[in-house]
Amino acid sequence: MIKILKIVWQWLDDRVGISVLLSPMKHIAPQDSKWWYVFGSATLVAFIVQVASGVALAFSYISSSSQAYETLLFITNDAPFGRFLRGLHYYGASAMVLMIGAHMAQTFLFGAYKFPREMTWTTGICLLAFTLGMGFTGQLLRWDSTAAWSVVVAAEQAGRIPIIGDWVAHFILGGNTIGGATLTRFFAVHVFVLPGIMFAFIGLHVWLVLRHGISEPPVAGKPVDPATYRAEYEELLKKSGKPFWPDLAWRDVIVSTLLIIAIAVAAFVVGPPLLDKPPDPSILTADPRPDWYLLWYFGLLSLIPDRIEGYVMIGFPILIGLFLLFIPIWNHKGERAASRRPWAIAMASLSVIMIGALWWEGQQSPWSPNFEAQPLSEKVVGATSGPVFTGARLFHDKGCLNCHLIQGFGGRRGPDLTYIADKLTRDNLVIRILNGGTNMPAFSSSLKPGELDALVAFLETRKRPLRSQDQANDAASSSTSATK
Amino acid sequence: MNTSPTESSSAPLTETPEEISRRRFFEKLSIGLVGLCTAIVGVPLIGFLVAPFFRKVPEKWVTLGKPDDFQIGKTVAVTVTDPSSLPWAGVTAKSAVWLRRVSQDGFIAFSVNCTHLGCPVRWLEGAELFMCPCHGGVYYDDGAVAAGPPPRPLFRYDVRVANGEVQMKQAIVPISTTL
Repeated sequence: MIKILKIVWQWLDDRVGISVLLSPMKHIAPQDSKWWYVFGSATLVAFIVQVASGVALAFSYISSSSQAYETLLFITNDAPFGRFLRGLHYYGASAMVLMIGAHMAQTFLFGAYKFPREMTWTTGICLLAFTLGMGFTGQLLRWDSTAAWSVVVAAEQAGRIPIIGDWVAHFILGGNTIGGATLTRFFAVHVFVLPGIMFAFIGLHVWLVLRHGISEPPVAGKPVDPATYRAEYEELLKKSGKPFWPDLAWRDVIVSTLLIIAIAVAAFVVGPPLLDKPPDPSILTADPRPDWYLLWYFGLLSLIPDRIEGYVMIGFPILIGLFLLFIPIWNHKGERAASRRPWAIAMASLSVIMIGALWWEGQQSPWSPNFEAQPLSEKVVGATSGPVFTGARLFHDKGCLNCHLIQGFGGRRGPDLTYIADKLTRDNLVIRILNGGTNMPAFSSSLKPGELDALVAFLETRKRPLRSQDQANDAASSSTSATK
Repeated sequence: MNTSPTESSSAPLTETPEEISRRRFFEKLSIGLVGLCTAIVGVPLIGFLVAPFFRKVPEKWVTLGKPDDFQIGKTVAVTVTDPSSLPWAGVTAKSAVWLRRVSQDGFIAFSVNCTHLGCPVRWLEGAELFMCPCHGGVYYDDGAVAAGPPPRPLFRYDVRVANGEVQMKQAIVPISTTL
């Protein structure tokens, strides 16, 4: 039996050339390429998970504006393994973004983008952009209320592009508004256009890795000299190189296995992101937010001054993209070791801190009003009737609580007013309420007689409570004064 | 005997002027034909993708209700259905406007899209303000910007009272195109 199988294999291998096809797996690589070098293959594995789970989902998903939401409900709630599969696709995307980040950081800090691997880095940056594009279009295919309104936000952002903005915005919407033509274009881009481009770029990226070889770990004091590098690299491989498969690849296999287990566990335990309300644009309680990997950009756009927002919205991704693409062009030789490139460590660290901080801000979204704010409790108000009680009610009904905090209740868009009476006098309060201020509407025309007094009466009670020690001191000083 | 692809495709060492001319001709012919094939497939393809956006969709009036359905001084959300929607649009054919009756015959139909980034603004009845959930843009009851990042007032659709009905021009997503 084994003999027959062997003959069949030999015949197939001769005619198809399977061994030749797989021979690049055995290319010689520096033997010191150890655990730091596993992120590229982990990214590829995450991509394969995405392709497999995406193809499976496409068996049930209908890319029609009227039916996509229902098919997602079916996949999530009724189809066998459907919930798991959606989770796999979502966490696979998250893993891919994370692995690209790790792969990029390692490549950057190891100076592996330098001669002769400049284009390997450049194709990798293109793959990062395509992956983020896949992430965004994928979020829109989760065709719920958030997705539909995210399309509107994307169109509004695109509308700011000079000259062609209006056209691009209408292309994104599929017309003048969300409708039957909106979802299909994102489906085509997510399922055909971007994956096709990504297959080509992954092929090119891997080809370049094979062409120029896996970079050896950097050594401080051994800079890259384009005139001699290739000969030195060849010498290194001759001296101590090992075949990638299986001598070096086992680490990649272990990490990729752990990654797939992590994705599967997250998909099984946590499950896919919940579906919001149906994609009905007449439902106005939507609150569109990007998925986590673009939340930092949402945070950035929310924090920058309004007057430069349009420029940042359009210019920032272009500048970052160009900067990343051209790093190896102006920095293609010299030291590779991070210990000799402190600016590289600083840039990588700052990028992580910046993205992390913006992500946190995006998660918190303190600039968004709190529409869920409930009327303040009697305990917080400290009164059950009278002007203070009425003022507290008005504070809720007039929308003040949507933006201001009182003892931890309310919104965070405006200043915390828990102790506002310690800072502002009655006159100041009246002026602020009637005239408004920076980021605050004026209420002079919407307050009825008596309402202003009630509001001010309530706010005047918002004082820091006297501590018992202060009270004791006050009492002592009073009694001393009385004795004198 | 097998020859490598490189050997078989390489040109002979000596070529007559006729052979060079013939080779150049076939080279140009092949490239030209590839271009023609690309155009045959590509032009209709691009046209299919792009042309709909240059086609002017006739603006239609849609009915919002009878005048008596709306109280003077009140702002309410009215759901409208896009009369030009594609048959498979489903619920996405629906949209909403904030309709405010300002006088006996005066109506204002505001777009629900915040002029900042298009998020759906909500009407706070008690505060008489429109507020956006995304970045906290606030508008007064007449649509003027009250606070936050919106660069301009809420977009207004054309409204008329005709045949005993309040009607408005088809709801579109107004795109802010200025930086």
